[in-house]
Parts: sequence; C-alpha cells; structure tokens
Amino acid sequence: MSTVAEPPLERRAVISGIGQSAVGRHLGRSDIDLTVEACLAAVADAGLTRDDIDGLATYPGMGAGPPGFGGPSSPEVQDALRLRLNWHDGGGEGPGQMRAVIAACLAVAAGLARHVLVYRTVSESTAQGSGGRQGIGGSGGGSGGAPRFSGFLQWTLPFGAVSAVNWLALVAERRMHEFDLTREQLGQIAVNGRRNAGANPKAIYRDPLSLDDYLAARMISTPLCLFDCDAPCDGSTALVVSHRDYAPDAPHPACHVNAVGTALRGRASWDQFDDPTTMAARDAAASMWERTDLRPTDVDVAQLYDGFSILAMVWLEALGFCGRGESGSFVEGGTAISREGLLPLNTAGGQLSGGRLHGFGLIHEACVQLRGQGGERQVYRRGDALPEVAAVSNGGGPIAGTLLLTRGAG
Amino acid sequence: MTARGPAFRLLPRIDDDNEFFWTSGADGHLRFLRCGHCRSYVHPPAPRCPECLSEEVIPEVVSGRATVVAHTVNVHGWIPGSDPYVIGLVAIDEQESVRLTTNLVDVEPEGIRTGMAVEVVFEENDDVFLPLFRPVDDSDGRGAQ
Repeated sequence: MSTVAEPPLERRAVISGIGQSAVGRHLGRSDIDLTVEACLAAVADAGLTRDDIDGLATYPGMGAGPPGFGGPSSPEVQDALRLRLNWHDGGGEGPGQMRAVIAACLAVAAGLARHVLVYRTVSESTAQGSGGRQGIGGSGGGSGGAPRFSGFLQWTLPFGAVSAVNWLALVAERRMHEFDLTREQLGQIAVNGRRNAGANPKAIYRDPLSLDDYLAARMISTPLCLFDCDAPCDGSTALVVSHRDYAPDAPHPACHVNAVGTALRGRASWDQFDDPTTMAARDAAASMWERTDLRPTDVDVAQLYDGFSILAMVWLEALGFCGRGESGSFVEGGTAISREGLLPLNTAGGQLSGGRLHGFGLIHEACVQLRGQGGERQVYRRGDALPEVAAVSNGGGPIAGTLLLTRGAG
Repeated sequence: MTARGPAFRLLPRIDDDNEFFWTSGADGHLRFLRCGHCRSYVHPPAPRCPECLSEEVIPEVVSGRATVVAHTVNVHGWIPGSDPYVIGLVAIDEQESVRLTTNLVDVEPEGIRTGMAVEVVFEENDDVFLPLFRPVDDSDGRGAQ
C-alpha cells in the first residue's frame, strides 16, 4: 500500500445532485428528451439552476456505437439547455463509462468548472424495436457487398465471436476450469439482482427469479444463459459533480469522491490480456486502493458492473471483497451479497434486472444508498446506521473504471 | 453435431499490416510477426516489437500447434442460419502469451478440455485463410495433457 502525501485531487469533488428519467422498455421517447428530463432533475436535486452549471460531460459521446447506444452528444445537450460552459467533454476512450465522472471530478478539482452536469443516456430498447439484441458486427452481410472489419473486431468476428457475451463466456468457462466456479454460484448474481429489483419501482424485470428459473433458461453462449445478460432499456441518468466547498449548501447529503480507479496495466485487448479471468478490472481496482487509506472491509455497499453476471464476479475479486478465484464461494447461497448481508450488492437490481443504464444506474444507486433514500431497498449497517462507504465499478474486459464514495468528507 | 463456425463468415479487411497473417494458410502454414532482436512473437501485428521496440519484426512460420485456454458454444442466432458452433481461445505453443480467438472443429464440445493440444487447419474464404483449430492426433503421444 502506498499512502499519498497529498490527498488525491478527486477528493475535492462531490456528487451534489442525482437525477434519472423514466426507465423502461420501448419508451419510444428520444434520447434528448430523456436526457433533458434526467439533467433537470439532477440540477434541481443539487439545489441549483441551469445558470449554475458551468461544466458538461458525457460518455461515450457523439455518434458512438449502434443505434440507441450513445445518447445525445454534449453539444446537443448544451444547446437544448442553453448552458454557458467553462468546460465540456465527451468521449468513449478511458476508464469505462466512469471516464465522464472522473473527468468531471478533475475539472472541478482544477477549477475549470464548479458544477459539472454528467449524463449517460441509452435508448437501446426502442432502437432494437421488436427484434432482439444484435451482435457487434450486425447481422447483415453474406456474399458480395459484405462489410469487412479492421481493428480488434477482425480477430473475433470471422469466428462468430460477435458479441461481448461470447468474449465473456470464455472468461466464465475459464473460471469454471481454473476456480471451479459453478452455474449455481454464477446464478446468484442474477437472483440477487432480481430480488433487489423487486424493491425498485423503475426496474425493468421485477418478477421473482429463482435459481431453478435461472438454471432452466436458454443458453446464449455456454456457460452464459439469458439471465446472465443485462436488459437493454431506455433511460437517462445524470449527476452533478461539484466542488466540495458546495457540499454544506447542497439540499441532500453530498457524496464525497474518495478515490477513483483508472489503471490499465495489461494489454488493451479482450483476448490478449495476460490474465483472461480478470482483465482491466484488476488494474483499475488496484489503482483505486493505491489512492486511499480505506480498505475493502470499509465498504458498506457495492454497485458492481453486471452487464453480464460474470463481470460482477470478476469485480468482487478485483476490488478485494474476496480472494482471487473465491467469488464463487463468496456469493454461494446469496446471503453475503443480499441487502442484509456482508456486502449488499447491486441494490437497485443492477443491470441484469434494473436495466442496462450502462454504468450510470450503478453510480446513481450508490448515491441513493449513501443518502438513505433507498426506501424499501435501503441498506442499513450495524443496526440502523446508513452506509458510509460505497464502491462502484463500470466496465468489463479491457475497459474498467471505479469510484469510491463516502457520505461524509474522507 | 456442432458446426465449424457461423453460417457465414464476417471477414477481415486485408491491409499491408495484416495480409501476411490472413493469407498465411495458402501454403498450409501459420505465421506470426517475430522480433529478430529479442525473438518475441508479436500479435496483433505492430510496427515495432512492443517488448524491445526493435523495428526488425518479420513474419515467421510457427508449428501451428496450440493449447486451449477457454471455449464456449455459441447458441444464440447472432448470424441467421447458424447452428451452434464452438468458439475457442487458444495459446500458441511457441509463446503462451500469444492467443487467437478461433473455432474449434472436428471435436464435439463434450470432448474439449482446457489445456488440450490443438493444431491449425485453414478454411479458405475468398482471399482469407481463417486459422481454425482441431485436436492434435494423439498417436504422437502429445495430445493428452
């Protein structure tokens, strides 16, 4: 452990406001409509008006990904709200979806802005229409005018490894071989998420899901089944990242940024990363713990990226909540990760049942829990105390970022 | 019976950097870039050896033998008309850190074990020779590990 002489700069930032649009399947609303709803909610929640907002950030920025994935660009949102900005940023390369939040923290710390509005919007459910999820290469093609692929995809698409579920199925299978992970253990991530989603009115899937239901679900790419994959949805999540000087004036308890995790020390590749059982999660988590004196045992609630169930398992180990290869036994039976357990996990249902808000739903829920606004799903520690420390992770494979939040100043 | 791959192949775009790799199977051999200085294999292709930064990287024939790191049977119909097929992640014998995502063929999923020895077999598609892998014939005493 290295203790830094000066506090990390991100500790000058707090999350002063949170907001979320309607979340659902096939809402049929535009990206910008959802985004404005979430942004105005977050600004009001922070006790601010749009005139106070002088920074704007989003992930993944203009034109990224398939339809419904990227959300509106920051210029569109600036114009829709007529924001007068001192700093703005949007893009997809960096420590996962968390890059937008981390950039906002650094902008605030550097004095480039005082209140940064950060948002992430998806409309993948509406974009998919009545059809299912497509692979990354799309389903078009054949002979003649078939598209050709460059970059990383040239190494996977020719072999029908067209979706992240294929790449992560390899991670899961390798874990079954190396660590004796079982489907019954993996299924606890899905079952736990669904149980928590039942207490989240905005969650996509709220009907109870048993382990037997999980085990009987159709396979997508062995050993991953339908319930190992998150639920594409429509929705926008927004945060206001402010300088910590504002915290006393915020109407709700500010969530203090204690440390961020940004490292990528292995190769930036799904299939060439040195340890295929963990990948960049290992590096991002390690770099976060290098920036704080808090320890994994201090964490009261965890919101870990579950775009696919196996990623939550990877994150449990990477963040040190259990040893390498031990996440299977850690989640076995589901008690440890339940709301009453050792480490309450994905308390709004995660992405598997809450909906694929692409990382930002998890950040939002971490703030909800630290503020004590969870209602039926609120987590209490040591009796009736609110959680004080929340860990959040985003990303999978070679993409990873983490955030450690505290209710009081660290 | 599992298929050898998806119903149709999405193919790489051939360029100056990757042409040697995707056409290597024309003579039945698999090739990777190798550093003439530190002797590391380099994959995917890069302008210099990422280990020692030497510019002396040239394609070199390898044995075509590899070890299964992980595998999955894709069931979902991403590519219409496809039967289930096996995606494998293999590490080449010459250098464990060099891996290929591929299809494991001439073997049923139940017969695949992590760590099993496999060898390359090429599938020609237009101008591309895709390296697929099949179990090594056990008769040389090497296959079972």
